[in-house]
Amino acid sequence: MSWTLIALLLLPLVGSLVVAFLRGNDRLAKTVALAFSLVELALAVLAWTAFDPGGDRLQLTSSADWIPAFGVHLSFGVDGIALVMIALIAFLVPVVIGGSWADKLPEGRSAGGFFALLLAMQTGMVGVFAATDVFVFYVFFEAVLVPMYFLIGRFGGPNRQYAAMKFFLYSLLGGLIMLASVIGLYVVSADKLGSGTFDWATLVTVTRDLPLSTQIWLFLGFFIAFAIKAPLVPLHTWLPDAGAEAPVGAGVLLVGILDKIGTFGFLRYCLPLFPAASKELAPLVLILAVVGILYGSLLAVGQSDMKRFVAYTSIAHFGFIALGIFAFSSQAGTGAVLYMVNHGISTGMLFLVVGMVMARGGSRLIEDYGGMAKLTPVLGGLFFVAGLSSLALPGTNSFVSEFLVLIGSYPNEPVYTILAAVGMVLAALYVLWLYQRVFQGPVRGTALIDAVGGPGAAVDPERASVPDLNKRELAVLAPLVALILVLGFYPKPVLDVITPSVGATLSEVGVADPVAQEGK
Amino acid sequence: MTTFLSQVERLPAPEIDYGAVAPLLIVLGAACISVLFEAFLPKAQRWASQVVLTLLTLAAAGVGLAVYASAESTLEQGKLTLSGTIAVDRPVIFLWATLLLLGLGAVLLIADRSVEPGGAFVADASILPGTKAGVKMQTRELATRREMQTEVFPLTLFALGGMMVFVASNDLLTMFIALEVLSLPLYLMCGLARRRRLLSQEAAVKYFLLGAFASAFFLYGVALLYGFAGSVKLSDIASATTATDRSDTLLYAGFGLLIVGLLFKASVGPFHAWTPDVYQGSPTPVTAFMAACTKVAAFGGILRVLYGAFERSSWEWSGVLWGVAIASMVIGAVLGLTQTDVKRMIAYSSVAHAGFLLIGAISLNDQGLSGTMFYLLAYGFTTIAAFGVVTLVRNSDGEATHLSQWAGLAKRSPVVAAVFTFLLLALAGLPLTSGFVGKFVVFAAAVEAQMVPLVVIALVASAVAAFFYLRVIVLMYFSEPAVDGPTVSVPGAFTTVAITLGAAITLVLGVYPSFALEWAGAGVFIF
Repeated sequence: MSWTLIALLLLPLVGSLVVAFLRGNDRLAKTVALAFSLVELALAVLAWTAFDPGGDRLQLTSSADWIPAFGVHLSFGVDGIALVMIALIAFLVPVVIGGSWADKLPEGRSAGGFFALLLAMQTGMVGVFAATDVFVFYVFFEAVLVPMYFLIGRFGGPNRQYAAMKFFLYSLLGGLIMLASVIGLYVVSADKLGSGTFDWATLVTVTRDLPLSTQIWLFLGFFIAFAIKAPLVPLHTWLPDAGAEAPVGAGVLLVGILDKIGTFGFLRYCLPLFPAASKELAPLVLILAVVGILYGSLLAVGQSDMKRFVAYTSIAHFGFIALGIFAFSSQAGTGAVLYMVNHGISTGMLFLVVGMVMARGGSRLIEDYGGMAKLTPVLGGLFFVAGLSSLALPGTNSFVSEFLVLIGSYPNEPVYTILAAVGMVLAALYVLWLYQRVFQGPVRGTALIDAVGGPGAAVDPERASVPDLNKRELAVLAPLVALILVLGFYPKPVLDVITPSVGATLSEVGVADPVAQEGK
Repeated sequence: MTTFLSQVERLPAPEIDYGAVAPLLIVLGAACISVLFEAFLPKAQRWASQVVLTLLTLAAAGVGLAVYASAESTLEQGKLTLSGTIAVDRPVIFLWATLLLLGLGAVLLIADRSVEPGGAFVADASILPGTKAGVKMQTRELATRREMQTEVFPLTLFALGGMMVFVASNDLLTMFIALEVLSLPLYLMCGLARRRRLLSQEAAVKYFLLGAFASAFFLYGVALLYGFAGSVKLSDIASATTATDRSDTLLYAGFGLLIVGLLFKASVGPFHAWTPDVYQGSPTPVTAFMAACTKVAAFGGILRVLYGAFERSSWEWSGVLWGVAIASMVIGAVLGLTQTDVKRMIAYSSVAHAGFLLIGAISLNDQGLSGTMFYLLAYGFTTIAAFGVVTLVRNSDGEATHLSQWAGLAKRSPVVAAVFTFLLLALAGLPLTSGFVGKFVVFAAAVEAQMVPLVVIALVASAVAAFFYLRVIVLMYFSEPAVDGPTVSVPGAFTTVAITLGAAITLVLGVYPSFALEWAGAGVFIF
């Protein structure tokens, strides 16, 4: 019985309640929220050190009866994959709180409410990754929607009602389809074991012997829910709307963490529970993944709205992750999990810097900006770093993961891998072109011209009312930049944690690992 | 003459297990006393005495039930009494407890006189709108006179007593009597709204006419089944269905007519046509009573009839009830999308929920039985609390039920909006609410019974229905308040207790459902 995960779960919830009560005093509420998130980060570090990569599959476990009538246990535990995701959550939440510190909220909304919802969502997100009981997983999967729904709907952009509703309905529909499969798992286990269970580790031993047709039906229930979450084309249309309308902080968590529930679900539930179905349907998933990479990249090139741009780049990135998972090789799988972490860092940073640009120009449209680097050189430089990380330049974190995915997928799936590699070229195109339009050249665009004081005016940094990054913003971005570089040059600590879990997952699927064979 | 008398002497008096039927006797007896109160007490004292009497009755019946339920002899299964016409077995104990608890919630709403000065019920129901006296009285005086028709209390108790007999009756004739005892008071109660008298009376007439038809269907079905089996006892019908020498036509026709009558009461689509109008027109506390308690009684009856009499002929009718369940879910979910009145919206939601409940009922396994009963308990409390909130949102014309008037409610009244949001999420079936556990147990039973396609349709219907619950949340939280929007009354003690009770049970059953699931699964019907 380990209390670390339980503390990780409960702390943000307590924080959320405390902050909700402090709504009257915005400053105090923010400070308390930040304090809670930092303690949570310390706890996550503690969990990381307590985790033994060479040890059991699931560690830090705890379990208690919840609904005995249905064999439901409140059980938690992490493997390496879940651990790095929980660490990412604990890292991103304080960053997001810092990044949203001075956000202009819609009229009549208090910052306390915003941060209370953020912390409530943190509990939900940790629960999703820490649950080792399928029922509990489902509960957190749905519960996490509620705070996000309110974050978008109450604090979002002009079209927030539509975006919040679309986000909620898509996810809920996916969740309900998954519920059918969850119930199916219970009935199947009741048939086999005499009494039904939701315990993941037990279910794995039950379901892998199921006939293929049953596996396929159950697989599809989970898969559709996860494909909506992770968004795979064609179930992605909610993400650009939700991402664009969400307040920046919520957007970071939306694409950085919430969407990873989908890819995490592939690894934790689809593959080990339904190995035969996973193999059978892998070509379908791979096609969706490659289409997602190319389609997301092309649409990212064509976006005129910066937040939608980030959302579409994410769709492309999720294509890479799905490719890595369903290529069934340990290198690609490890790369995919590392990609999940890196995408959270680099896209999170991209979202934050876009938010900082918007805070200065007041517009989401790319054409309202131009030559901004002259006014805000530091912001321009950091925007560039985030962009380079997003396009996977060697030396940045994303390069390692993207390279691992591609090199690991090639032996099994050469055609899809070659097509996916085209996405890397497109990534360079969309990132650099965006940077060029917003930051390079003479100062232009309505948002900036107004700020500078008329067309053609000589830019005088003293006079310009477009300030560069302040200390708070620098402090928010600094840890992200540091991680981008550290993981770019020395990803070993993370890889060490991930690799055994990915290996165990793949051995459950039972596909011959091309890399391991070469080793022999 | 002598032969006749000797016959009479040989007719044995039925054995009555007073312990088992004590809750029934208490409720029905108190209803009679309550009528006497109406007749003999001065007007000023009636309301207070009726409230005290009704609450005491519910408490006493609850105690009686608890004593019986914990007795050694009934722990296993239960008893047949009154010549086998009433069965008080484990499911009946659960349903009675549910009815009494939900009745308590509804009575609290009915008794409240602070939200609407004088109570939600008209001061003088006999004054007709449209007549000379009515026109004069209609608008101002009648709506503001600080008194109410306290007959609503005995009517509630009679209806509740009828419901209790209904779920316990072991033969179809007893069931029919119970159906009438529960229905007739409800028809009257619908017409008692203080405001919008015409709408209220229209609702009463509509409910009465359609209800009378449904009763006729039910009775005709009973007659045909008697022709089929030679008995109205459920167990006799059950054994007759296994014989080969009987008329299938009588069985099918009898079952069809019987089940139509039951589905009507349960507001299962496509027999739901009365539901939106009656829910909208009735005084909101009565709507809450109908939505929660009638649903429990009707599904209790459906469960009893299906398990008791027709379990062995299920392959002959399950296809039809599949269709009915699908129709109900689709009608409820789709038509709910277009509603602009919050009471009508909850009415359509209840039609959709009836479809989910029917899925559990036709699973015909132990999980189906306990799951359906759990669902009834969970849904009943959520609904009562939801209607309790509806009574609070008012403008100068009474309750503001049009959805546009709810815009921006969270700004003016964050607590009420938060409670209602929670209840709506429970109705939508989000985890950590009782609605989710209810759906889960029912669907699990259905999957167990090889009804996977039905479950998938139900899940899609849930997703569609979620849209209209969410729309209300969007209105309350994300929209700007309407300029001349309604105010939220500060609820009196009774309404506060009712809403708190409903919301708390919705939460408890969502977070820790084990004990209720155990009670619901403690035993099976005896016949």
